Formats: sequence, structure tokens, C-alpha cells
Amino acid sequence: MTSVAQPRPSPRFVCRSYMAVALAPEPPLVEWIAEIEQKIKDTGNFLVGPPVVLDLSAVKLSKSAIAHLVAQLEQRGVRVMGVENVDASQLDAALPPLLRSTKKESVEIGAAAPKARETQREKPQPREARSAPATLLLDKPVRSGQSIYFPDGDVTVLGSVGSGAELVAGGSIHVYGTLRGRAMAGSNGNTRARIFCSKIEAELLAIDGHYLTADLMDKALRDRPVQAWLEGSALKISALD
Amino acid sequence: MAKVVVVTSGKGGVGKTTSTAALGAALAQFGQNVVVVDFDVGLRNLDLVMGAERRVVYDLINVTQGIAKLPQALIRDKRLERLALLPASQTRDKDALTEDGVARVINSLKQMFDWVICDSPAGIERGATLAMRFADTAIVVTNPEVSSVRDSDRIIGILDAKTVKAERGERVDKHLLISRYDPARAARGEMLSIEDVLDILSTPLLGIIPESEEVLRASNLGSPVTFNNPSSAPARAYLDAARRLMGEEVEMTIPTEKQGFFGKLFGRRAA
Repeated sequence: MTSVAQPRPSPRFVCRSYMAVALAPEPPLVEWIAEIEQKIKDTGNFLVGPPVVLDLSAVKLSKSAIAHLVAQLEQRGVRVMGVENVDASQLDAALPPLLRSTKKESVEIGAAAPKARETQREKPQPREARSAPATLLLDKPVRSGQSIYFPDGDVTVLGSVGSGAELVAGGSIHVYGTLRGRAMAGSNGNTRARIFCSKIEAELLAIDGHYLTADLMDKALRDRPVQAWLEGSALKISALD
Repeated sequence: MAKVVVVTSGKGGVGKTTSTAALGAALAQFGQNVVVVDFDVGLRNLDLVMGAERRVVYDLINVTQGIAKLPQALIRDKRLERLALLPASQTRDKDALTEDGVARVINSLKQMFDWVICDSPAGIERGATLAMRFADTAIVVTNPEVSSVRDSDRIIGILDAKTVKAERGERVDKHLLISRYDPARAARGEMLSIEDVLDILSTPLLGIIPESEEVLRASNLGSPVTFNNPSSAPARAYLDAARRLMGEEVEMTIPTEKQGFFGKLFGRRAA
């Protein structure tokens, strides 16, 4: 009548990598925080919600200054999950953990390449330009009120984007359908990002924060396939047909 | 196993309650056992359109709270024996609805009927999301007009997010019902065309219901339009839509009012 107790398998430890937005504060900090606040107001919620890592290589902060910075960001809804490029002594148990970035791995997301590959180069790469861009592919229309946020690369939609919907991409945006909502490309400062669509009826286009609303777009382009790109700080649109 | 259908729209006043009653009556006329459920707590209308407002004793809230049993609250239609109504409360509001209560009621109704048609309130908050939560199929009612179309697009997005089916990774079957369509106004460009609406919403079309005075007449008489005057244009359109809902292939036409001889002579109204 005794039941044999099965030995519990020992807990599994797995190493996983996740994508996070990296923010690198620059002095003076007060201005940088104000800019972040403005960015949140301008481009919606893309900094609020996803995990954020603070790269403190450009600033020299004491433990209490780091704590203050993290608190300031939390107040604005930005959740800091890790800190990098500081000495371990500057952090304590109350602050987010220290992250050590490993060799940069290039990851291709999407139907084509399911395996993650490691880059051959040892040189550290600039944080915003990834060597193999990732793409988010949506094969259904994006409905009004839906918000798609993909800072890691391009967003491609096989269908239309409804009025009142928004797409925010770190890379370029490609809509194989009618773009009726808002499209904001190059959200991480990628000034080379572009926006393409089969038919333009967009409410707003933006690249790296420089935006154009519908009433300022050339009426002659309406209902045509167009591409938009940045020239300096001016957003340019031209027809593709 | 019964099919749970939600009739929703986002926008108010487009014809959800009218369509729920008309389609419910049409399915009952074709021999199906149907219950129509009013989810518009506090602003109930389905009982008026069904002509049952003087027979309401218990309602959906009473049942979800356990104050009344489901058979006590169900009102059998006097004209169509296979049609029943579960009315909403008029004195409470949507906050009185609980997800568990609604789940239990829907499950009980599924054992008793072939079709459970939920008349959603307007909006995208609790009342609307609870009405759609347990649906297998959705009928999105849209007027061919820009505000209604955008709101319908929003509700379609919500159907793919806030239903139990969507959370399980399955899809709610969605159908578009274009109501209050006026071909003359569409031709003049005062109204969106059917093609425009389908292009924006990318959802299969269940039917096109023409604008008609019959709808108000039927509603004032407390009779679903398919029952009150089955040969009228909106009734014929609803009957076709009900057939398509049951899986029949019916050619898509926009019925027009049949004009008699005098109608043709004196057809144009004086300005």
C-alpha cells in the first residue's frame, strides 16, 4: 500500500536571450529625461511596457544617482530590467541587475530562417544597427485601434492597415494593401528606414520621429503606391507607379 | 451542438437589435430552435422589437445572480413557437454582468436551442465584450457610412482579441451585414458603395439590407420585420441572410420594394 515516491527531476536551467530596448542616457541627465518624456508623448507607448536596458557607458553615476534615474523612468512608465556598462559596485540589490552583453548574435525572425546564428566578427557593433535585420510579418489586415510595435526591424503587412491603427517599427514598413492608419518607421533613430505601401490613405507617416500628417501630403499621391523616406529632417513621399 | 452568434457593430443605431430579431425570427420560420439574448443591460430594446415588453418578469441579470432559473426568465414568442427571448434588465447596468454568470447562462442555452443569438450593446467596453466572449460566429452590422465602417473595423479587431475562441488560438467566423443601404444615395456618392465597405473591412458579406420604412413600422408593432411583412425588401434580404447563415448558397442581391401599378404611376414623392 505504500506508494513509491518518484524522485523529482532537478529543476531545469536554461539560458535564453530576449530582445529589449536599450537606452543610453547622455549628460545632462535632466534634459535627456525630458527628451524621453517627449518621445513617449509623440510616438505613443512603444517605450512604455517592453523591457528596457540602461546603457550607462556615457555617464558617470553614483549608486544613488542610478537609483534616482531608474525611479524617474519608472514614474514615466518605462520599466528598467537591467543596467549595463557600470561597475558591479555601483549597483545593489534594490536596483536592476547588471547585464553583461555577450558576443552579438544575429537572429533572423520569420518563416524563412528559424535558426539563430552567431556573427563571426568580434568587434562590438553599434547598438541600433543590427547586422541581420529581423522582420515581423503580419498576414492579416491590421484593424482600427490595433497597435503594432516592433523595434527590432521591419514590419511587413499582407493586407490593409485600418484607420486608427498604428505601426511602429525600428526598421522600414511595407504595407501590401491600403495604409489608412499611422506608420512610424525608424523608431530607434534609423534615419535610413522607409515606408512603402500599395495605396496611401494614411493619417500620419513618420521616420525617426519626423512626421507628416495627411493634410500636408500631396493630394495627387492619394490612392497610389508610394514610398516615403527622410532627407535631412524632411519627410519625402513619391509615387512608385 | 448549438451555435452561439453575436450581433455586434461598435457603432450605435446601425441595426443590431433589428437584425437580431429579424434573423432570429427567420431561423425559427425555417424550423430552427432559436433564443435571442439581450445584452444591452440598462437600455434594453430587444423586448420591444419582439413585442414582449409586457411579459417580462425575470431577466438575464436575475439568472446570472441566481435569483431566477433560466426557464422562468425565457419568454416564448406567441407567434413562432421555436423562438424565445431572454431579456436584459432595465434597472441595472453592465457592471452587474459577470463573466462566470454569462458563461453558465450561455452553456445552459446551448443545451436547449439550436441557435443562441446575442444582441450586443454598442461600444467596446464590458457589455460588448461579454456579449461576444463565448461566440462561435459574429455578425458585424455596418451602415455604408464612414463612422460606422471604422467602428466596425475596431470591433473586428476586438473579436480577434477578446473572445474565448481567439484566446485559444481559434478564429471566430465573422460575417458582414450591411444595413440601411440606399442604392440611389450610393450612386450619387452620398453613401459608401458596397465595394468600398468590403475593401475597408475585408470580411465576407452575409447580406445587404436596404433602407426601408418597414423596419420602423415593424418595430412599433413589436414584430420582427421578417415576420411582420415577409415580402417587404428588408424582410427578403434578412431571409436570404438567414439562409446563408445556415450554410446555403444564395445569390447576393439587393432587394427593392415591389411597386404595384399605382406605385409606378405615383412613385415619386412630392418634394
